[in-house]
Amino acid sequence: MLAAEDLNRLQTEATAVRKEAIKMATRAGTGHLGPALGIVDVMWTLYSRHLKYDPKNPSWPERDRLILSKGHSCLALYATLAKKGFFAEELLKTYCRELGTKLGGHPERNLPGVEANTGSLGHGFNIGIGMALAAKADHKEYKVYTILGDGETQEGSIWEGAMAAAHYKLDNLVAIVDRNNLQVSNYVDQVMNIEPLAEKWASFGWEVREIDGHDYHQIDEALRSIPFTPGKPSVIIAKTIKGKGLPIAENKVEWHHKVPNEREYQEMDKLLGLGSCTP
Amino acid sequence: MAIDLTSDLSTRKAFSEAMTEFGLRDKRVFSVAADSESRFGAFRKEASDRALNLGIAEQNAMSIAAGLAFCGKIPFVSTYATFLTMRACEQIRTDIAFANLNVRIVGTNVGFSSDWLGMTHQALEDVALMRSIPNMTVLVPADGAATYRLVEALINYEGPAYLRIRGTAKEPHVSCPEPVVIGKARKIRDGTDLTIIACGRLVYEAMVAADRLAQEGIKVRVLDMHTVKPLDEESVLKAAKETKRILTVEEHNVVGGLGSAVAEVTSAQWPVPVRRMGVEDRFGLPGKEEDLFTFFNLTSEHIISEARKLYEREASS
Repeated sequence: MLAAEDLNRLQTEATAVRKEAIKMATRAGTGHLGPALGIVDVMWTLYSRHLKYDPKNPSWPERDRLILSKGHSCLALYATLAKKGFFAEELLKTYCRELGTKLGGHPERNLPGVEANTGSLGHGFNIGIGMALAAKADHKEYKVYTILGDGETQEGSIWEGAMAAAHYKLDNLVAIVDRNNLQVSNYVDQVMNIEPLAEKWASFGWEVREIDGHDYHQIDEALRSIPFTPGKPSVIIAKTIKGKGLPIAENKVEWHHKVPNEREYQEMDKLLGLGSCTP
Repeated sequence: MAIDLTSDLSTRKAFSEAMTEFGLRDKRVFSVAADSESRFGAFRKEASDRALNLGIAEQNAMSIAAGLAFCGKIPFVSTYATFLTMRACEQIRTDIAFANLNVRIVGTNVGFSSDWLGMTHQALEDVALMRSIPNMTVLVPADGAATYRLVEALINYEGPAYLRIRGTAKEPHVSCPEPVVIGKARKIRDGTDLTIIACGRLVYEAMVAADRLAQEGIKVRVLDMHTVKPLDEESVLKAAKETKRILTVEEHNVVGGLGSAVAEVTSAQWPVPVRRMGVEDRFGLPGKEEDLFTFFNLTSEHIISEARKLYEREASS
């Protein structure tokens, strides 16, 4: 269990990350806001309590790696990296507003803290497997965390990778599946059913934990227990609500790639205290 | 060195020997197979901790190679060129080339070296695909010796590279005093009437053709353009200026390969007639290797005939 003060801090800070993501998207008039908001609690807990890194030396060889395989959730990553000191928060204002910005619609490595260029689904997870193999070959202690969309597990390459990671006993590898049951066009189970998801991962040789992806106790407990079983890769299926924290967006298909208009922003501002979002 | 580089060698043999020779010396080198371990020869046993086999899963193999390269490794990924450059094309583009990673993509059994295996295995489009990807270097060695030297050069080369090799059958050695340097054409024969620019297995046939044409009094320059990208523009333009006609020859579709690369340079900078010999925008078919070369009009006899036509047409105009 997290101490009350730790829990309180995580909640307060994650709310600030959410507000930042909403403002960035609103300012730019574009962004995958729903997918970003859903993963904030898991990502913030990971960066705050588990991931080893040095924001002043982002290429520190001993660091843990986090790859956002579902690169379209990058608003959450950008806000998190800024708040953790990888770059000045001022840079967040360039998100999708300046030609050639380091904060585009999908993460690119020229932004400090970004480990791989992702955006095409079914790639980042597999790049992470390569990094985990390199860690084993070099007898290094670092872990590799990858965050996948549940819709992303429809990609065949994910299962090629899942098979390989278990074969090579990569217990330094973690997959976190953002299980919000939504993808761009509809609910996941309507588009292409992926269930039974936990059984699939288990049958591929992974140790599985299913958690509530908005319950900090469960998130923290799961991340603290890596590897769940020595010699096996670990997967956390985090049940989340897409758009979490922005009531008009929560669990709505159309909020996959959508941002608030002026009226919606004012409404949400009253509810959440977002503050001004002018540049 | 366990092999004689002046002898006839298969490009696969040369690759596995070079992989073993240079890979064992440099601990950054990894072999990445997709149920294709035989490509890597003794390396996979002598450096088993650096030899991965990902099974029949090329996309995963390619992304994993990217992950290894992000951690400072130099992975050589190899299997049939069709599976490597086509099924895993997006992984090559997005995961590897965009990040300018030191991954070596070794596509094997290209063109008619996949004789009876038919079109599924006969890569005739791979050079065009790889050439269109920014940051990518594209190498097509003429023989085993050139393959060996290019692998050696690739150990300490910056950025991603595609190496296009053939099968396990011995191929004729192309004798040339010039070293194989990435980005620099080798002049196999010199001449002033016409230049044949070739790559891969057909460099030898171009040389045979040039020697025959010399007996007729047609002086043919032959360039071994083992580096299709970045193209040695200087040698191409020199040939255009000095010999006024260019014939390109490749075991590849005429769309997007060496011939296209040459024509892109001449048309913009020094327009001369460029006749492109290759597979005329169609798929391969099962057959004996020599029959396939004949069927697709890609023997030394065909080269002689095309060179003569090009020379006579331009001489009379």
